[in-house]
Amino acid sequence: METKEIGVIPSFTVTLMVRRFDPETDSEPKWQDFDVTMFGTDRVLDALHKIKWELDGSLTFRRSCAHGVCGSDAMRINGRNRLACKTLIKDLDITQPIYVEPIKGLKVEKDLVVDMEPFYQAYRDVKPFLIASDTPAAERLQSPEDRARFDDTTKCILCAACTTSCPVFWTDNQYFGPAAIVNAHRFIFDSRDEAAEVRLDILNDKEGVWRCRTTFNCTEACPRGIEVTKAIAEVKQAVLRGRR
Amino acid sequence: MSVVIEQPNQPRSRKNAQWEKRAWIFMRISGAVLLVMILGHLMVNLVLPERGVKSIDFAFVAGKWADPFWQVYDGIMLWLALIHGTNGMRTLVNDYAEREWVRKTLNIALWSVAAILLILGTLVITTFDPCIDPDVENYLPGVCKP
Repeated sequence: METKEIGVIPSFTVTLMVRRFDPETDSEPKWQDFDVTMFGTDRVLDALHKIKWELDGSLTFRRSCAHGVCGSDAMRINGRNRLACKTLIKDLDITQPIYVEPIKGLKVEKDLVVDMEPFYQAYRDVKPFLIASDTPAAERLQSPEDRARFDDTTKCILCAACTTSCPVFWTDNQYFGPAAIVNAHRFIFDSRDEAAEVRLDILNDKEGVWRCRTTFNCTEACPRGIEVTKAIAEVKQAVLRGRR
Repeated sequence: MSVVIEQPNQPRSRKNAQWEKRAWIFMRISGAVLLVMILGHLMVNLVLPERGVKSIDFAFVAGKWADPFWQVYDGIMLWLALIHGTNGMRTLVNDYAEREWVRKTLNIALWSVAAILLILGTLVITTFDPCIDPDVENYLPGVCKP
């Protein structure tokens, strides 16, 4: 009789194709494959850890919290922008290699690490902070309805999955990009804020909301489920109105 | 030795801000108007005539443009469709042309073609003379008086 070990967790072997680039030795990025044994509960980030810790310590990628909150590990997995820490390997087609690339449209610094500065610059440009003229002694009150108006866009973790899934951003990184517009939306529609017009004027630009082609890539890419394209459309409407 | 630090918060160029907004609005309005006008155009030219598409000849066009209504109708359609289409191509060029000189060259070519077509089209509609075809008398008796 075949003996079956009790308590053994079933595992599988999967091939990861990782886009590697070392600025000190490479002129062009290249693919490198790694075979790793993983479990059903493992995510792509776990596979990358396994490679870095056991196979090739030079593999470079960003991650901090590893639980979908900090937004550090957005990457292009099988052609789609996702967070490596929120993508279970078993949900991908493990009979085929899993392709892992850096997010597109930003300069690759090393392996999966890109220069996020243009992305943050666009974020800073929309003034992502409360602008109010008064200095109240107590907290600023807001009705649940007023709060609900911009609830969706408060969820952004600035992972850049949306902006780097946008085909307009790929060829024109002067474009503010979905993430900056989402974060502008968060304050434009906040009843406590007084600078909606200022932000609308910033986004009423050649490189502002009118650059959006409503391809919905951003909405599909968002690991937080923010309806990004809808938020951009609401900002477009607000620009036309000239107020929130 | 002094270090030159690049302006960290360089303001973006604010060129053509209103222009992009107007172009966006124009695309929506002209799109909606064209939808109705083109369906009307197809109806009148292809569906309503007894012999369908085969009924379109010089005299058919001459008959339509003898009526100021169709002159205005076709004129509006020409201008809306050409500007709508050219502006659509402009956004494609702006999306995909990465080099500035390629973008500029394509856009200049695009608007030049559009301008020539607009002038030609408008001239044809406004200065159309049915009497250059002697046969037109057979279809539209009494139009061309010697």
